[in-house]
Amino acid sequence: MQERREKTESQINTDLLSAMLDNHLWFWIVLAGLGLVILAGAAAAGYMFDRGLGVTGLNRPVFWGFFITNFVFWVGISHAGVMLSAILRLAQAEWRRPATRAAEVLTIFSLATALIFPLLHTGRPWRVFYWVGLPILPYDLSRGIFQNVRSALLWDPSAIFTYLTSSTLFVFIALVPDLAVARDRTTGWRRALYATLALGFRGNARQWRLQAIAGILLSALILPVFVSVHSIVSWDFAAAVSVEGWHQTIFAPYFVIGAVHSGVSGVVTAMILMAWLFKWQDYIRPEHFDALGRLLIVVATAWFYFFFIEFSFGLFSQEPSEIALRQTQVFGQPWGWMYLTFIMASYFIPVPLWMFRRVRRSLVLMFWTTILVNIGMWLERFLIIVPSLMRKQGLTFVWGDYNPSPIEVLLVAASFAVVLGGVLLFSKIFPLIPIYDAKEGKYIEAEIQVGRRTVPAVIREE
Amino acid sequence: MAEPQVDVKWSMVVDIDKCTGCQACVVACQSENNVPISTQELYDQRRQMTWIRVERYWEGDFPDVKARYIPIMCQHCDTAPCEPVCPVFATYHNNEGLNVQVYNRCVGTRYCANNCPYQVRFFNFWEPVWPDSLKNQLNPDVTVRSRGIMEKCSFCVQRLRRSERDAAQNGDDRPADDAFDPSHGAFAPACVRACPTDALVFGDANNPNSRVASLAHSDRRYHLLEHLGTEPNVIYLKKIDPEAGDGNHE
Repeated sequence: MQERREKTESQINTDLLSAMLDNHLWFWIVLAGLGLVILAGAAAAGYMFDRGLGVTGLNRPVFWGFFITNFVFWVGISHAGVMLSAILRLAQAEWRRPATRAAEVLTIFSLATALIFPLLHTGRPWRVFYWVGLPILPYDLSRGIFQNVRSALLWDPSAIFTYLTSSTLFVFIALVPDLAVARDRTTGWRRALYATLALGFRGNARQWRLQAIAGILLSALILPVFVSVHSIVSWDFAAAVSVEGWHQTIFAPYFVIGAVHSGVSGVVTAMILMAWLFKWQDYIRPEHFDALGRLLIVVATAWFYFFFIEFSFGLFSQEPSEIALRQTQVFGQPWGWMYLTFIMASYFIPVPLWMFRRVRRSLVLMFWTTILVNIGMWLERFLIIVPSLMRKQGLTFVWGDYNPSPIEVLLVAASFAVVLGGVLLFSKIFPLIPIYDAKEGKYIEAEIQVGRRTVPAVIREE
Repeated sequence: MAEPQVDVKWSMVVDIDKCTGCQACVVACQSENNVPISTQELYDQRRQMTWIRVERYWEGDFPDVKARYIPIMCQHCDTAPCEPVCPVFATYHNNEGLNVQVYNRCVGTRYCANNCPYQVRFFNFWEPVWPDSLKNQLNPDVTVRSRGIMEKCSFCVQRLRRSERDAAQNGDDRPADDAFDPSHGAFAPACVRACPTDALVFGDANNPNSRVASLAHSDRRYHLLEHLGTEPNVIYLKKIDPEAGDGNHE
């Protein structure tokens, strides 16, 4: 049985626009709280710019720490958007419908947040225009020298800006019909805003056709970007010949699948929050989490395979520096308990739980297991970056250590507040569940062709 | 882009057998190159800067313990891992075999330092300060670096340039190669000039008559972390001791 109450079209409009149009007290309280954290982060960043990177815990040889970990983490989270929207759209998985917008918006905000960190962590942030140009500002070519295209740090901003641009377009294309609905149901400044953004969408056949074509084209075009972004992020590490724990050919697929793992988990967390906060249980239903849970089992297991191969092939070489690194990473403290937490949290606790249908359909359990996955995945990146630098090569005289400073902790906390606050603000201005998509899903009898068979697209169980 | 042909290839030989671990090279480098003072506080933060450092390893078990020393400075690798990773060309290879750091270009991503297997790149985490008594000691030929940028051993490039200018004034086409004749060896780096045991030798590896070139063919020669294929321009000469390097390090 599908636990869905039949709704009329106008009811769908009212339900899904309620987050935008109704005022909730909790919304402003939460937003103010997040704003405080962001302010604290901004103050920390200002202090760091003023005094220099000495206020962080970075040292020699651990030149990269919390900031780069956090950068990789947020780029990873951003992989959910395309995974859920583009891939599932092309695969015509019907259950994706309420999840897509949330996933895409999460993508945009986490990417934008991720981008801040490499710029923050430079020694002279006021000169980053030597390195990256932002869309509004050109590269600084006054020195008569172009950027070094051999550097992975140049591939990085290129890939991420491409991804950010394409996923913003993607969200916008999907938003147009909803903006038209919002335009017709609002007054004042909102009406003016939506009318401008809706680009004169009236819902005639030609407009719908163009909108659908644009969506499918973007889905297909964004896929190579999806694979390349985290591959390139992984090459920041894999291209470093001198760091024993980084220089691995397996890093690109390993990072991409890890990103999908943490990204899809992040979307599940966000969807459950939406269902709770905006009372959208009629749209975000247990069968969605059932399907997402199954997807997560596959993704997590594929990720675990890469993790296992990476680890065991490293040991297989029996190089002293590799073994020294693994000893620190797995048995040295405090890295050892982090390592245990990471493996348990990102695989051995959630995956066996997801095997049970009752767990997959329980919002509370899905919420906490997906939170666990992302704690684990944050630690994974941290444990790749920092212990590898501590035990870079065999020169034991210069082996190092790392203790993050409060400044770094504050900035990491602020990044979470930026993403959460961004999504919340977005929900106040734009519909977070695609209205037209929800209606479309209602009309398409949930069946698709697989080969010669017609099967239900939403996996339903008795 | 065609590079101008220069037949010089600066190189250094470090004879481990002669090194006593006295640290004279470290002090000489510090004062020649305006390297910030490494206070205890900086050591505690693991942010001390020593363009050349003497690593000390204990070998053997008590009571047969021996201290082994190895001076390590920028190896000026021919295929330097630090060079391709810099997004702004702040570090590159010049046509004299030097690995050059351009302070003004550096934005401080610290990627080069991560990718240096010898850990001889130093980041200015703080704005460097000197006590008043030392302010007149700063070398006017060397830039004082600000915070937020990388720095490292330059093979005392300011001395190389000065000796080239002097040679041109005297009508010679190139600086003389004998680093140990004080009348000619103005281009030898500060560490080489300071080394009391003659463990460091500097010169042009392309000149077959130079001491560096002849020592480079010694059968004791090796490169540090040779398996990485960085092709350093610093050549080490093994210790003459049958027990050396038995792997029992601490």
